[in-house]
Amino acid sequence: MSRAGRKQPRLSVVIALACALAGWPAAAQDVAITNATLAVGDGSEPVQGATVVIRGGQVVAAGPGVAPPAGVPVIDGTGRWVTPGIFASVSTLGLVDVEGVGDGNDERAPSSPFSAALDVRPALNPASQHVAVARTGGITRASVVGQPSASIFAGQGAIVDLGADADMVTRPRAFQYVSLGEMGARIAGGSRTSAHALLRNALREAREVGRSPEIAGGGGRPPARERIEDLAPDPRLVDTASERRSDVLLSRFDAAALVPVVNGQQPLYVHVERASDIRAVLALRSEFPALRLVLVGATEGWMAAREIAAANVPVIAFPLNNLPARFEQLAATHSNVARMRAAGVTVALGLYSGGTDEQPRNITQHAGNLVALSRIPGADGLSWGQAFAAITSVPAAIAGFDGRLGVLRPGAAGDAVIWDGDPLELSSVPVAVYVAGVEQPLTSRQTRLRDRYRDLDERDQPKAFDF
Amino acid sequence: MSRRLAPVLLAAVALLPACTAVPSERGTERPATAGASRAPLGADGRQPYASTYRAYPGTPTALVGATVFDGTGRRIDNGTVLLREGKVVAVGDATLSTAGYERIDAAGKFVTPGIIDIHSHLGNYPSPAVEAHSDGNEATDPTTPEVWAEHSVWPQDPGFSRALANGGVTALQILPGSANLSGGRSVTLKNVPARTVQAMKFPGAPYGLKMACGENPKRVYGSRGRMPSTRMGNMAVNRQTWLDAREFADGDRKKRNLANETLAGVLDGEILLHNHCYRADEMAFVIDMAKEMGYRVAAFHHAVEAYKIGDLLRDNGICSAIWADWYGFKMESYDAIPENAAFLQREGACVVIHSDDPNGIQRLNQEAAKAQAAGRRVGIDIPDAQVIRWITLNAATAMGIDRMTGSLEPGKMADVVLWNGNPLSVYSRPEKVWIDGALMYDALTRRRPVSDFELGQPGEGDAK
Repeated sequence: MSRAGRKQPRLSVVIALACALAGWPAAAQDVAITNATLAVGDGSEPVQGATVVIRGGQVVAAGPGVAPPAGVPVIDGTGRWVTPGIFASVSTLGLVDVEGVGDGNDERAPSSPFSAALDVRPALNPASQHVAVARTGGITRASVVGQPSASIFAGQGAIVDLGADADMVTRPRAFQYVSLGEMGARIAGGSRTSAHALLRNALREAREVGRSPEIAGGGGRPPARERIEDLAPDPRLVDTASERRSDVLLSRFDAAALVPVVNGQQPLYVHVERASDIRAVLALRSEFPALRLVLVGATEGWMAAREIAAANVPVIAFPLNNLPARFEQLAATHSNVARMRAAGVTVALGLYSGGTDEQPRNITQHAGNLVALSRIPGADGLSWGQAFAAITSVPAAIAGFDGRLGVLRPGAAGDAVIWDGDPLELSSVPVAVYVAGVEQPLTSRQTRLRDRYRDLDERDQPKAFDF
Repeated sequence: MSRRLAPVLLAAVALLPACTAVPSERGTERPATAGASRAPLGADGRQPYASTYRAYPGTPTALVGATVFDGTGRRIDNGTVLLREGKVVAVGDATLSTAGYERIDAAGKFVTPGIIDIHSHLGNYPSPAVEAHSDGNEATDPTTPEVWAEHSVWPQDPGFSRALANGGVTALQILPGSANLSGGRSVTLKNVPARTVQAMKFPGAPYGLKMACGENPKRVYGSRGRMPSTRMGNMAVNRQTWLDAREFADGDRKKRNLANETLAGVLDGEILLHNHCYRADEMAFVIDMAKEMGYRVAAFHHAVEAYKIGDLLRDNGICSAIWADWYGFKMESYDAIPENAAFLQREGACVVIHSDDPNGIQRLNQEAAKAQAAGRRVGIDIPDAQVIRWITLNAATAMGIDRMTGSLEPGKMADVVLWNGNPLSVYSRPEKVWIDGALMYDALTRRRPVSDFELGQPGEGDAK
């Protein structure tokens, strides 16, 4: 193959990467994508011949009858699809360089003295290669949290964007994460009974801390705030005068971190798989009525779907579990998501991390698999629109951004992806990705290696000079 | 790492894994079948642990009107495939007579050979992935060519049925894990449920030897203060092992030694070498080691950097058994790119798509399609029918079973998948799967196997 033209990286790529690394925010561009197949992301089926207009970092119009405003640069979307960016729920994007290399891996903190107080925000690294690879797969937003290790709590997760800039955080401390079931039981000392006792104790200690009158800013009532992203660090974390009784298990930081959970300000993501474990989680609200629960995992959710729906608890599930990989997953089936959804449960696909089968860019493929199930007798699948919503608007809504992320509707963030075909199909790939109206580089170490090894010609010089 | 899997399984699969290598489609030499093996017989005069597999009865069947990818790279539109008495009788166009066959209207559907996974741990890392089932790595010594994977396979692993129903997998090679430099013998199975492993063993399939490069052996043993703790230690232990094996092989072989019998089988060319190896530089060393010691590598497994040495792999007739897009989960996988398969194809090197995963084995067709798409985007256009070869005939060739299965050619085993759409589309799934002409899965009539483990459990018999 010709070596010409492969020697120099494109200048635009160099600039984009340099800006990203230097932390310069790129400016949002106004853009109109015309005559494309549009998937809004809200569960509706795709429509052809549509136009999407993004101005000032937001979607201002999307639909078949939309004319591009004068003065806005137009991209001809003929033969293309335009969709909202994909939302990867419960990922570790930005926390890991190489999973098997501990030094660069902030996924777990098995020797930490802290639990619920752990906050991913200062650990997030937007320059992680996993972020770049996921971005090239059309993922624009994600929720990020570590894994429980020293305690049943993983700590506080964030909602992030995958833009190539210095700041990943869309919303810090967006949720708390706890593992019950087999993993929680193991961490808690060997039994589900201990995991539940630890959780209940933690929530009670948090409630007590929240009520404590001598703690500045306390009083037990959450401060009146409109939106959860306004949640400030709990004042108990900065107050050095606070005192607590000695009979406590949680450190001050950990207890304070759980105050917004027990008060219902901050959602509690609970990882469980077995149907009976799900029911035990739903029952927590009889003791802690303010809890805003989100079920994570829920491999056997289809067996408790009516109860989950009645409790109005959303679910973030990995869609392609179908092996009894653990005893808590005996009834695993690819039909789980569709069956829960049919029962009225709000279900997003998620739990994508790392670089193997569950790497985040495979989420579109997996959503496509749920569509395929619709044609298998006895299995339950999703319509295309439902499957696509499960990786866009639904996870965005569970994250607290209903109508603002994961959907191409006026007022939503300008997170858009232009694909060269059906985004759930194996042959398709993004050709342009926008985060809040900013066009993103679609490069990574992988694309650089690809370009270097387009041929194996070393007649003139080593490959090391080819960059 | 994964939130899906128990920590126990992760330790087994993701890092400590399970990994290996394959042979070449280019070579004209063919591995000897088991009947030709010089391995010592038992006291009863028979091959030990011989296959007792028997094909189940089938109906003479004509698949009519489908798009046929025959596994060799050929595509037949509006094709006809005839199966009778466990064999492929004929593959042709609409003019082929179907008299005497039960006709299945396959218009709008696709027919391929049964999918073959060259790298699986079903049975030796089965579900549920509890410690009691962790039988893939005899991680007590870095060199254990004496162990045989078949003695670890649990035939009730529910994963076999998922591979059949969702993946159309009709044959698969179960390998020891990659904790050891020499992990032991592999076994090739028919994906037919059975009460014993012998009754799953693919008749006539040669054995393989699993070896492993790189991080896993040196980490597992180095962390115990034992050799090898480095890559040079890996090579030194391997070379001495081969030197000792050569001495055994050149002797009278009368005093039985299980380890050396396996290694001598490799030196004899009767046992195929499957070498887990990620990095290009290490693969190049293994190629030279094979020349130094006088054996042949059938395939490098995982081979995420194979694209850097496609020329070398082509020239040495070694297949690369790879994932479509796994990357960056360990240091030696850091340079993986989705174009790996396409770049190998560009060089004329042999490509096999493998799973090494009980979930991935259910989607080898989708993995192949992703690898194809990555190639297309860099101007390497590989036709669908060629891509199907990556998961059928190329795998069979690397496993030494290509004279029996892997393509739809007259006289070969009737291992066949009828797909309800193009298997390279995400929207397609197997509709029917035959193994030796016997219908083992039928989505429409819900004919699917249920393992003993799943009987009486939640979800028994469900569409999985």
